[in-house]
This record gives sequence, structure tokens and C-alpha cells, in this order.
Amino acid sequence: MILILLILIPLVAGIISMFAKGAAKGIALFSSLATLAVAILISTDIHSGAQISWSMPWIPTLGSEISLLADGMSAMLCLLVGIVMPVIFITNSDKEVENQGSFYGLMLLSQAGITGVFLASDALLFYFFWELALVPVYFLCSIWGGEKRIAVTFKFFVYTFVGSVMLLAALIYLSLQNPGGNSFAWNNIVRAGASLPADQQQWLFWLIFIAFAIKMPMFPFHTWQPDTYEQSPTPVTIILSALMVKMGVFGVVRWLLPVVPEAVAFWSDTVITLSVIGIVYASLLAIVQTDLKRLVAYSSIAHMGLMSATAFSDTNVGMHGLMVQMFNHGINIAGMWVIISMVEQRWGTRNMKELGGMASTAPLMTIALVVIALANIALPLTNGFVGEFMLFNGLFVSGSQYHIVFMVIAGLGIILGAVYTLNMVQRTAYGETVAMKTGGDLAASEYIGLAIIIGLIILLGVYPAPLLQLTAGVSGLMMP
Amino acid sequence: MKAIIAATLLGVIMMFTGLFVKDKKQVVSVAIIAFLALLGITVWEVAEASATAPAMLFNNMLRIDSYALWFNMMMAGCTFLYVLLMGKDVMRVGNHVAEYFALILFILCGIFLLTGYNNLLMLFLGIEIMSIPQYILAGADRRNLKSNEASLKYFLMGAFTTGLLLMGITLLYGATGSFYITDFTFLRTESLNPLALAGILFILVSFAFKVSAVPVHMWTPDVYDGSPTAFTAFMSTIVKAGAFVGFLRLFHIAFGSLSEHWMMIVALITAATLLVGNVTAVFQQSVKRMLAYSSIAQAGFMLFAIAAVNASAWQGMIIYGVAYSLATIGMFSVLIKLKDYTYDGFNGLAKKQPALAFFTTIFLLSLAGIPLTGGFMAKYFVLNAAVQQGDMLWLVIFALLMAAISVYYYFRVIIAMYFKQGEAEMAVEVNSSDKILLGITCALVILLGAAPHLFLGSI
Repeated sequence: MILILLILIPLVAGIISMFAKGAAKGIALFSSLATLAVAILISTDIHSGAQISWSMPWIPTLGSEISLLADGMSAMLCLLVGIVMPVIFITNSDKEVENQGSFYGLMLLSQAGITGVFLASDALLFYFFWELALVPVYFLCSIWGGEKRIAVTFKFFVYTFVGSVMLLAALIYLSLQNPGGNSFAWNNIVRAGASLPADQQQWLFWLIFIAFAIKMPMFPFHTWQPDTYEQSPTPVTIILSALMVKMGVFGVVRWLLPVVPEAVAFWSDTVITLSVIGIVYASLLAIVQTDLKRLVAYSSIAHMGLMSATAFSDTNVGMHGLMVQMFNHGINIAGMWVIISMVEQRWGTRNMKELGGMASTAPLMTIALVVIALANIALPLTNGFVGEFMLFNGLFVSGSQYHIVFMVIAGLGIILGAVYTLNMVQRTAYGETVAMKTGGDLAASEYIGLAIIIGLIILLGVYPAPLLQLTAGVSGLMMP
Repeated sequence: MKAIIAATLLGVIMMFTGLFVKDKKQVVSVAIIAFLALLGITVWEVAEASATAPAMLFNNMLRIDSYALWFNMMMAGCTFLYVLLMGKDVMRVGNHVAEYFALILFILCGIFLLTGYNNLLMLFLGIEIMSIPQYILAGADRRNLKSNEASLKYFLMGAFTTGLLLMGITLLYGATGSFYITDFTFLRTESLNPLALAGILFILVSFAFKVSAVPVHMWTPDVYDGSPTAFTAFMSTIVKAGAFVGFLRLFHIAFGSLSEHWMMIVALITAATLLVGNVTAVFQQSVKRMLAYSSIAQAGFMLFAIAAVNASAWQGMIIYGVAYSLATIGMFSVLIKLKDYTYDGFNGLAKKQPALAFFTTIFLLSLAGIPLTGGFMAKYFVLNAAVQQGDMLWLVIFALLMAAISVYYYFRVIIAMYFKQGEAEMAVEVNSSDKILLGITCALVILLGAAPHLFLGSI
């Protein structure tokens, strides 16, 4: 029962804020803190391998029910949603948004959709939430985005919709393979998929995988991503990059790997190859960017590449690392966007050529930027290190005959990551001082938001045990 | 049975109302009462019908089973909603308001025959009773050349395909010696009579015409565009759904055992309909014409229910018929309130009429098949039926890709309403009762998406 609260609170609060013009900001913050409390409560209940589940009948004709399940992975991702949403609302709390009732309402609706994706253990319900998360984000980007927003977000929508319909075809097919009649329950989908002959699994694999690959996004399905990140308003960019891309990884781990195991074994080398190409390709592109948002967008593709590679490495440590890194990446990139939006507000540009000397004009902001940047390149004592170390470990011990090659190329990505991240820090924080147009160093609300993020970066870098424990049971569960 | 008689009688009463009631507004009120009465009668019939034994009437020429009754009720409900939403718009079309409603009642009578026929003669009667009033409605706006063109075109093409239907029925009779669709037992033997196969093909073509499937879809855009919008809304939704059920009955009950002979043809027609409907809709500048092509595209999805011979297809037909009718009627009732029917006419509607824009968005999302709307469940049911049938996965994937294309033209309206600057000019006032009715339609669309089993009863 407690699980449905995670979805209901933002859903109801979202609908209320649509009509509560002035109070929307407060409602959003309050409801996001409430969901955080619920998420923490759920996480404390889940020790390695434990699960909470809840279900009620929905559409009996189709063999589908509203069933939610929280294991370590779901709880961890709900916790991430629970942390990121208040951070967005806190850092945004003294900024004015046009038509704010609808803005916060849609934000909360997308939160409900994303949480639903992470909790659904019924395939049709999963698909429902998968799409529901997308629609509010489409409106958010198109109404409040940058200049080229309409064309860009439309591309984004069509791109992901094509992926979704492929997924739908596969899910319908799988639901019909259940011997006792239609069923969408996760167990039955897994049993049905795994019992299919290898040749059927092959095409099912691609139908499902493309949907998730577009969402992650994975090379070569990533072309919507930099434009969309650039054009979206920052709160939405955070939702997209910190939370929605996790839907792709989550989808792979829960709805692909166990469902078509033989095809996964067959195609994993291909996917890992694409992923490591993506790491290097995106890193190289990140190096030549001058726009901060685009730089971080490409850096995100590189990070997701490492995650998707390890997701297919078929190792326990890699899978465990994936869980940890999903959380860490969400925290880090949220911090990154918060800082970029502050830079844009104060200097009126995101172009690195027109920036410089932040260290002397805004020292606190610079400290935050440096810490988050270091976490982004996975320096020890930051949370990024723990995750990436485990990911590399997983990639290294994987059974693939090319594992060394994959390791080396992915490692190259890390080096390139250091190049563009440090370059970015250098060009914005140091060098010739450019005067701020408006505002000063951190405002109180930004201070709180960034303090939460930096606190988590350091805490989880020094003492990652809670996160590791929470997600410990997952790898065993997902790879039967 | 009661519904058929009631529709006829109410139609006649409606015609006489025109003689005695001169005030158009009062005529609309009478019409609303008439359609409510019809809805009540269909509900009554559903309530008292026994699930096991279908009623056999007129020498077994009608076989009214629980499916037919349920479908009739759904269609009567949709028509009632249509009259509530667009009664005032029907009033503005011309001077013979009572006759328009009478014709709509006669069309419903034809649809009721189509859902319950057991004999090809009844099928023919149903098709004709359904079609002829439509030719008149299409030309109702007599001073408008386009309306005249629509009517004439529809009539000529319709008459031609009626000929094909008769030819098909004749050939079938020649092959089987019977008009009863449940009597076609000899077809199940190995050696097939070529007369019968030719007959099936003829009937297939004439039905494809009625439901505007490619390659006999050419009339659709011109007729739907030329007819008065109030009648386009009815012709493109409820009538189409009714024709589809007639199609479904014949091909599943009578020719179901022969499915291997015609399934491939239907599958190819489906693919062609989806392709032509969706791709052509992309290039339209007028929303009304886009909706005409979208109705072809949606017919492509409904054809899945014909191609897949199983129980899911029957369920899917109801869900699709209702979901598509609700969303399209809603769309048209918003469109008719605008001055400019092009996409630009929608520019800035969200600022001017936020409620209207929101409802339109829901209708468009439903037509595009986004989850939590009826359109998604509709697509889901028919595609589910096709996957169950087997050997049609290529078609399912193709259809889903086409659904992704449809997002393009449906979302253009949303983009115009919300993200473009402009003054969406209204042709008529939007009052609060319009908004409430649209809100109800919208709620039904969402209910259909969240709990489709409620719309299936015991089917």
C-alpha cells in the first residue's frame, strides 16, 4: 500500500497545482518532500533481496493488474527521484516561471510517471507509465523551452514514441505466450520469454532493446538528446537526464535481460561494442563543444555508454556497480545542470568562450562546480569513483572474449572525460575575469540545493555502504 | 428488434415534428428526447436479453445476439452524445432540421440491421438504409457547391459499389443456394466453388468502399471535406463503426472457416490503408481534410479486427468503434466552432479557450493512441487480436510505425494550439454547456483507456 503513495502523492499534487496558481510552488515542494519521506521509509524496509509488493485488479480481460513491486533497484531509483525532485524545486524556488501552476503540475505528473515505471511489475502498467512520463515532459519542453524548442521536442517525442511502439509489439507478443491465457505479470513475461526458441528471442530482443536504447540514449540512437537537453528549461533537463534516462537502463535490467536471455547472450558483444563506441564518440564531441549544456549532454551519453556496456557484461559486480552508478550519475548530473543554469542566469550566456574568472567573482559556486566536476570524472573519494570502479571491474571479469579491448576503449573514455571536464572548469572558473551581469554568489535556495548534492557526493564517495546494501540483492534476482 | 422498430418510428415522428414545430431550437429539443428514448430502449433490450439464446426474427433473417445488442447500445449512446454536442450545429446547416435528425435515426436503423442480420438480403437492406440518408445529408448544404459535389460523388460511387455487393450476393447464392449466412456449410469442403470465391471478393470490395479502405477510398476526403461538418462528424464515426460490424459479421461468421483464402487480401488492404491514410494526412493543410485522411488511417487499424478471426477481434471492434467515435466527434465539435479550418486557425487556442484546447488535446492523444486514452486500448485490442492470429506480426509492426507517423499530424494541432502565437477566431460562442459536454466526452475517453472492460459488458 505504501508503494502506491509514491505515485499518488505527485499525481494528486500535480493535478491540484494545475489549478492552484500561486501556491503551486509550495505544493510541489511539499509533495516532493513527502515522497522523499516515503521513499526513505521504503528503502529502510528493503534489505538485501527483500521486496515489497502490492497489487489490485485492473483489466481482467487482458490479464493485467495494477501490481507494484519494490526491490533494491526500484527502491534505489525511487529514492533518487525523491532526492532530485526537491533539489529541483528548492533551487528553483526563488525564480519566476510563467504560468507556474501548469509548470509545476506537469513536473509532478512526470514524476508520477517516472516513479510508476520504476515500480510497475505488470508489463502493461509499465508501458502505461512509460508513455505517461513522456507526455508531460513533451509539454514542459515545448512551452518553456528555448528558441528552437518546438521542432526539437517534437523530434524527441517522435523518436521515443517509435521506440515505445516497438516495445508494445513485443509486450503484446510475450503476454500471449503465457500458457494459462493472457498475462502481463513480470513473472509470466519472464517465463514466457525465456521459454521461447532462440530465433524468436532474437527479434524480440531488438524490438524491446531499441525502445530502451533510444531512452538511454545509446549510440547510434542518441541524436535527439543534445538538442533536447539544450532547448529544455533546466528543471526539465534535470528530469530528463537524471531520471528519465534511468528508465532506459532500468528497462534493460528488468524487462530485457531476464526476458530474452539467449538473445542477450548472443547480442551482448554487439551492444557492448556500440556502447564503447558511444563512449569515445560522445567524449570526443564533448571536447569540441563550447556550449556548457551541450558539453554536459555529450558527457552524459558517454557515462550512459559505460552503464549500458556493463549492463550486458553478465557479471554480478558489474550489475551491482550499475545500480550504484545509476544513483550517482543522477545526483551528479543534477548538480551539474543546477550550476549551469546559475551560470546562464548570472552571465547571460552558456558559451565558454565568453566566460571566465568565476573563482574570483563567485567562489562558492566555483567550489561546487569543482566538486561536481571531480565526481563527474570519478575521482576517488567522490561517489562517481565507487560506481565507475565497479562498472570497470564488471566489464573486466565479463565472459566476453573481447573484454580487455572493451576495457581499454572504455578507459580511454574516462581519460577523455577528464579532458573535457577539467577544460570546462578551467575556462569557466579561471582565466580572464568576466563580470557578472546580475546577481551574486549563491543565493540561499541554491546553497541548500547544492549542499544536498555535494553532501551526497562526498558521503557516498567515502561511505557507499548504505547504497551498496540497498542494491545488493538485485543482481542475483535479475540474472536467474 | 425493439431498437429497429423504435429507430424507424422515432424517425417518422421526427419528420412530422418538422411540420408542426417551426422553431428550430424546439426541434433540436425534440430530437434530443428522441435520441434519449432510443438509447433507453437499447439499454432496456440489453438488460432483458438472455446471453445464451439470440433472438431469431423474421424467418431467421435476423439473429440478434447479445453482441449486437451491446453494440447497438454503444452506438445509440455515441449518437446521443453527438446530438447533444452538435445539435446546435445541425440546426445551422439549413432549414430542414427535423428531416436531418429523422435521416440520422434512419441511418441508425440501418446500422441496427447490420449488427443483427442473418441473411444477405437483410445485409443489403441494412447497407442501403444506412447509405441513402447519408447521400442526402452530404448534400444538405444546398447552396454550397462542395456539398453538392460531395453528395453526387458519394451517391455515384455508393451506387456502383452497391451493384458490386448485389453481384457478390448473387454469386454466393448461385454457389450455395442460400441467403442465410450460417448455411454456407458446403464452403468447408476441399473443392471450393469459384463462384463463391468471386462472390466473396465482390462483397469484400463493396465493404472496403463503405469503410473507406484503400484502394476504394478516393471518395472519402472529398465527401468528408465537402459535407457540412456536423454531418461529417456522424458519417465518419458511427456510420463507419456500424459498417465495420456488418463487415465483421459476414467475414467471421460466414467466411471465417475460409479465412486462409481472404486473409492475405485483407492484410494487404490493411497495410495499404494504413500507409495511404497516414502518409497523405501528413501533407494536409486543413484540419478537416486531415481528419478525413485520419479516418482512413483509423479504418486501417479497424481492419485488423476483420483480418484476425478470433474473439479478441470482436471485443476490439467495440472498443475501437467507441474510442474512435468519441474522440472524432469531440474533435469535430471543437473544429466546427472555429472560423478557420486550417492548422493556423488553431493558433493560440490554448490562451483564448484553455478548456477547449485541453479537451482537444485529449481527443488528439486518443486518436494517436497514447496510453490512458481510449485510443490506446482500441489499438491494443485489435493488435492483440492480430498477434493472437499469428503470421501477422509484420503487419502489426508496420501498423505501429504508422501510428508513430500519425503522431506527426495529430500533434501539429497541439503545437498550433499551445506553442504558436495567434488569435484563434471562433465562429460561434462557446458556452459552459458545450464545455461540460466536451468534458464528459473527454472523461469517457479516459475511462475507456483506464478501464476498457467496463465498455465490454459480458462480451
